Amino acid sequence: MKKLLSKKNLAILLGVLLLYGVIQALISLGVLRTFHQVNLITICISVIMAVSLNLITGFTGQLTLGHAGFMAVGAYFSAVMTVKWGMYFPVSIFCGAVLAAVSGALIGLPTLRLKGDYLAIATLGFGEVIRVVLLNTKYVGGAAGLFGIPRLMNWTWVFFAAVITVVVIRNLLWSSYGRACISVREDEVAAELMGIDITHYKVLAFSVGAFFAGLGGGIYAHYFYGLQPGTFGFMKSIDYLVMVVLGGLGSVTGSILAAVVLTLINVVLQQFSAIRMILYALLLILIMIFRPQGLMGSKEASLELFRKLGRRSGHGSLGSK
Amino acid sequence: MEQFYVFLQQLINGVSLGSIYALIALGYTMVYGIIKLINFAHGDIYMMGAFIAYFSVSYFHLGFLSALLISMAACTVLGVLIERIAYKPLRGATRIAALITAIGMSFFLEYVMVFFVGAQSRAFPNVLPALRIEFFGGKVFITGKELLIYGVTLFLVVLLQFIVRKTKTGKAMRAVAFDREAAMLMGINIDYTISATFALGSALAGAAGVLVGIYYSAVNPLMGMTPGLKAFVAAVLGGIGIIPGAALGGMLMGLIETFVIAYGQSTYRDAVAFAILILILLVKPSGILGTNVREKV
Amino acid sequence: MALLEVNNVSKVFGGLSAVTNVKMKIEKGELVGLIGPNGAGKTTIFNLLTGVYPTTEGAILFDGENLAGRKPSAINRLGLARTFQNIRLFGNLTVLDNVRIAYHSHVKYGLASAILRAGGFYQEESSMAQKAEDLLKIFNLDHKKQEIAKSLPYGEQRRLEIVRALASKPKFLLLDEPAAGMNPQETTELMELIQEIRDKFDLTILLIEHDMSLVMGCCQRIYVLEYGRIIAQGVPEEIKSNPKVIEAYLGEEVSYA
Repeated sequence: MKKLLSKKNLAILLGVLLLYGVIQALISLGVLRTFHQVNLITICISVIMAVSLNLITGFTGQLTLGHAGFMAVGAYFSAVMTVKWGMYFPVSIFCGAVLAAVSGALIGLPTLRLKGDYLAIATLGFGEVIRVVLLNTKYVGGAAGLFGIPRLMNWTWVFFAAVITVVVIRNLLWSSYGRACISVREDEVAAELMGIDITHYKVLAFSVGAFFAGLGGGIYAHYFYGLQPGTFGFMKSIDYLVMVVLGGLGSVTGSILAAVVLTLINVVLQQFSAIRMILYALLLILIMIFRPQGLMGSKEASLELFRKLGRRSGHGSLGSK
Repeated sequence: MEQFYVFLQQLINGVSLGSIYALIALGYTMVYGIIKLINFAHGDIYMMGAFIAYFSVSYFHLGFLSALLISMAACTVLGVLIERIAYKPLRGATRIAALITAIGMSFFLEYVMVFFVGAQSRAFPNVLPALRIEFFGGKVFITGKELLIYGVTLFLVVLLQFIVRKTKTGKAMRAVAFDREAAMLMGINIDYTISATFALGSALAGAAGVLVGIYYSAVNPLMGMTPGLKAFVAAVLGGIGIIPGAALGGMLMGLIETFVIAYGQSTYRDAVAFAILILILLVKPSGILGTNVREKV
Repeated sequence: MALLEVNNVSKVFGGLSAVTNVKMKIEKGELVGLIGPNGAGKTTIFNLLTGVYPTTEGAILFDGENLAGRKPSAINRLGLARTFQNIRLFGNLTVLDNVRIAYHSHVKYGLASAILRAGGFYQEESSMAQKAEDLLKIFNLDHKKQEIAKSLPYGEQRRLEIVRALASKPKFLLLDEPAAGMNPQETTELMELIQEIRDKFDLTILLIEHDMSLVMGCCQRIYVLEYGRIIAQGVPEEIKSNPKVIEAYLGEEVSYA
């Protein structure tokens, strides 16, 4: 029987701790400077955002173009709590994430009758409305932005927040609840007739996804000193959607991989700032033309997969691993 | 009475903006109708149209009509090329992969232009004789720019309606939009028909670009993003895939936005457009002119 | 009291009557057939029973509960499960996952247990997998549990649909053309299997079928539908000799000849 403390899980835990330890040591020794640290934090935030978006879009099949809107809710609310109300920052960030989850459920409930592109446009509209409301709210600084947020986040906090996000979403997905979400993606009518209340699972996916997007926003706010409404616009939502599609819709490890790769590509492209966006655009088009299913498809990276690679292409089962 | 004059003046402005949205929305709706793709690059074709007109007028000293025709022709070629190179290989792929490609294409056009002409706005030279017709003792007026926008839009919409309703290609477009496989079995050349749709839609976007350049007297490489999104919203508002719906939705969008700026806070203009969209989607997702489709079980 | 009572149910689609004044009464443990020419409204009746469409008029009582206003998922949880005429499996998922998804409404562990991997999560997951496998074995699909549903041959996909419906632990099973596309050999096997599962799981079954030999051979009672109305009902012998039925079917055959 499978258990929580199986050899495989212990090996993963060990790997995660090792990754954390090595990077922490390099930071302590001064090998990784501020420039590197900023990129590491950005990678972790991207992982949080991409994996949570994959829950909504890749696994539950609800195309959304407003993920940055949830991020904005978490970022602004947590920043206000810390800066203006003097709350302890982990409480602020948690509350920001909860508020994002609530807004996810609120946007979810009425709009989930919409399908496909209509839902995408409605969520795009939601993201834009959030941005414009922030732009017009004097209390949070309006167009000038909200500044003076202390840098209370560091590598340790952010790394473990990303790990927790991945573990929670993966555990959710690899359970009966996750299979219910996936059945919604596969065939809404059949799922409903098999006893799955599809509205319930869409709202579940939206609120959990939005919660972690809000968490990502809170971390962003407490690392980058300031917030501006424009940061969380449509482009940001697209950036994360690209990570999810590039990694493979329905692949958690794919999203992680794509979040790391795309963030690094962005860093490298910064040297060619004049043509950075042109290269990025070309990359998107070429990847979609030559590998539309993304890097991982719906498969998960695992030791077995590497063993199988080359022999045959098997699909991952959603067992309780 | 003063209120009434303001209202009339805003109506005149609103119809101008609405005409431009309508022209862009038509291309969106046609492309969506035929390949179910939100062509995010469509707003950038409109931007390219504005720039081609800008160069025609500034450097080659062409008149309005030649600039308009050159822009429309160039956008037609551009639209067809984009479809052939970027979208055609993805016809069998997931909708979301096609969507990302469209977004990539949009970035590509925007930043290629930023690279070559810079991100700053350029002044669009005045190509029209100064004309100003006044009513009610000058309290309400309409300019030559506005009359031109109305005229060109009306002409193009009628022309499009004629092409789609009466010509063989137009009929093929409607058939492919309705049922691609059946159309194929009836011997309709799908590739040609899709190209024709992109050609027509892009020509209209090019025209809209020229008109907006004249209207606001400015062009810049990122000018297509927001109007592009709003025009798509307008297409959804009217009922996506329905040509008169796009014209209606665009017009409504322009009017609503103008009145929000006039009577409310101009900083809320973008939010209002999207808030109305969300409301419409909740009340009638198929849009104003659309009919609800029931899924067969 | 009958397990299922359909009281004067009608359904109108935008002015077009699909089903008119249908009355049905099915007792617990029965195996009933629903036949009729193409377009008679058989699948519409299934859609009304399972809550896909609301009824225009009339009431449906299942196990004493009125089904009006309930979502299809709630109706399924009351104990009504179905298969589809045009197969609707979760195509990209494995055979095992298709079955486990239908078990979902019976899962006892909560969301928190799933996330924390606590509260009997592992025990329940493995017992669920075991139950799913046992069901698959009955339909001789257990050796294909890791295959992707849409890669199965047609007949196996139809059988998987029945397994999936059974996994939601129904009292009442609706089968929409279970033998469509099967050869005579497979059809005979399926007939036996349907009777077997009825006894094994204490089920009541209503099935739509075009294959007369299957319906006559295994159903205890038959309803005949034509143009949305029930034109006859009774045991197979009565149906075979009912002039209205002969007319409805001969009429159809003549038009095909």
